[in-house]
Amino acid sequence: MQRLINDPNLVVEDMLKGFVKAHPDLVTVTDNPRVLKYVGAPVPNKVGVVTGGGSGHKPAFIGYLGRNMVDAVAVGEVFSSPSAKAFYDAFKAADGGKGVACLYGNYAGDNMNVKMAIRMAAKDGIEVKTVVANDDVPSAPKTEREKRRGVAGEVLMWKVGGAKASSGASLDEVIAAAQKAIDNTRSIGVGLTPCTIPAVGHPNFTIEPGKMELGIGHHGEPGIQVTDLKSADEVAAMMVDTILPDLPFGKGDEVVALLSGLGATPVMELYIVYNKVEELLAAQGISVYKPYVGNFFTSLEMMGVTLTVMKLDAELKSLIDLDAESMGITQFKRA
Amino acid sequence: MSESFSSSEGRTIVLALIRAIQDNAAYLSDIDGAIGDGDHGINMNKGFTLAEKNLSGGPVALADALDGLGDTLLTDIGGSMGPLYGMFFQEMGGACRGEETITPQVFQAMLTAGLEAIQSLGDAKVGDKTLIDTLVPAREAFAASVGAGDDFATALQKMADAAERGKESTRDLVAKIGRASRLGERSRGHLDPGATSCWILLRALAEASRGLLGA
Repeated sequence: MQRLINDPNLVVEDMLKGFVKAHPDLVTVTDNPRVLKYVGAPVPNKVGVVTGGGSGHKPAFIGYLGRNMVDAVAVGEVFSSPSAKAFYDAFKAADGGKGVACLYGNYAGDNMNVKMAIRMAAKDGIEVKTVVANDDVPSAPKTEREKRRGVAGEVLMWKVGGAKASSGASLDEVIAAAQKAIDNTRSIGVGLTPCTIPAVGHPNFTIEPGKMELGIGHHGEPGIQVTDLKSADEVAAMMVDTILPDLPFGKGDEVVALLSGLGATPVMELYIVYNKVEELLAAQGISVYKPYVGNFFTSLEMMGVTLTVMKLDAELKSLIDLDAESMGITQFKRA
Repeated sequence: MSESFSSSEGRTIVLALIRAIQDNAAYLSDIDGAIGDGDHGINMNKGFTLAEKNLSGGPVALADALDGLGDTLLTDIGGSMGPLYGMFFQEMGGACRGEETITPQVFQAMLTAGLEAIQSLGDAKVGDKTLIDTLVPAREAFAASVGAGDDFATALQKMADAAERGKESTRDLVAKIGRASRLGERSRGHLDPGATSCWILLRALAEASRGLLGA
């Protein structure tokens, strides 16, 4: 393993210490070492926005703590759900008296731990409602959308949910906006290499040199097609062609297009892929209202990219436009 | 041979569960590597080893020892196994709280409470390639054995044997739930890691209990 770590069993602990030191203006520790919160949280009279998930996806999840973004995050082991207690403590850290919106991804462990954490919070009188992201198109057929995984579309769900909460909206309104965001969002990943959990020490799946896997999941879950490695333009076309018909997106739509690296792909190549993605969308009469290109949701050192497209309406546009300050997304309206 | 053991033997029982996971950590991760992400043994070992630190040195009631183990798993493990085994042990502990001795009837109530806790969290059924495939037949075998008039030690052995057969049955199943379900047909031919750890735990529980019965 060519990795910069100390004790492989303590990578999450070591990473959290460094993260807090690196972003003191944005995040701070809580009594639970597996919960970080936005320095301003809980924001009085604002719905708290919480997420959580396994580690290894930086900037997700703690990278989205910040102003007009996420208030508290439960942190799990690498690729493993945070504990119920961590989610519960995150709810408490985020609760400003108007309830908590827990916006997370569709994985068995996260579903169970969130469910238990909600039971714990109910005993304290904290109201928690959830939106479960399921934007990953190749992970299940459209007829079984409830089985699909949540991937990089979660970033847009947090952006929208965080912005809505900051507008003073009620818990139900925040949940409705976040649900609309994810319902309007579709994603797909392409993997070029496997990745290694440090404590395991070897990859637990393979992608042969010269091959690529279309539809791969964020933890190496198998995709829909293994092919010879294609050019950036061809990969862009395969991704666009898979996700556009699923919503479907069509002529006249305005969208957010988020292209994220999976960890080891050079950022330069993300722009090479994005160039073609934008061109293909434009050719179908779809205009990109807001692009995000960079490492937004990664999978350790996997090579590859994910493409996420969200169809916008007036409300989603205004929420996407709102200023945000976080490690993963910082944006300000031009004067 | 006795037909019950003292409920003050919590330390003996829970320590046996902890040792069983520690001894099999690498094996469980290897199994998980085939159809999961290879960390089942690592995470289980982390949680159970932490539970050992939290276990008091002296005699402790079985209810408290199981509750403590469950609490550590719930608080510190996460993943899918933290809540599943956490609730399993907490509810097993709840079912023997206040009992002075652990009789076959109390033990059966503990198994039932543990199973129901797991079923309240997820909707896995027998045949979905999960720890339910181990736990359901194990509980049934114990109840049937007690019902047929077997002694406690024999019923425990039959429980462990049924758990092993249940674990083995997952080899030919296609995962319907959890992370391995993403593999579909590719999950066939491999043991389910959760079903395997459940067998290891039930076997350790049976052996430790049989030891206390003098079997």
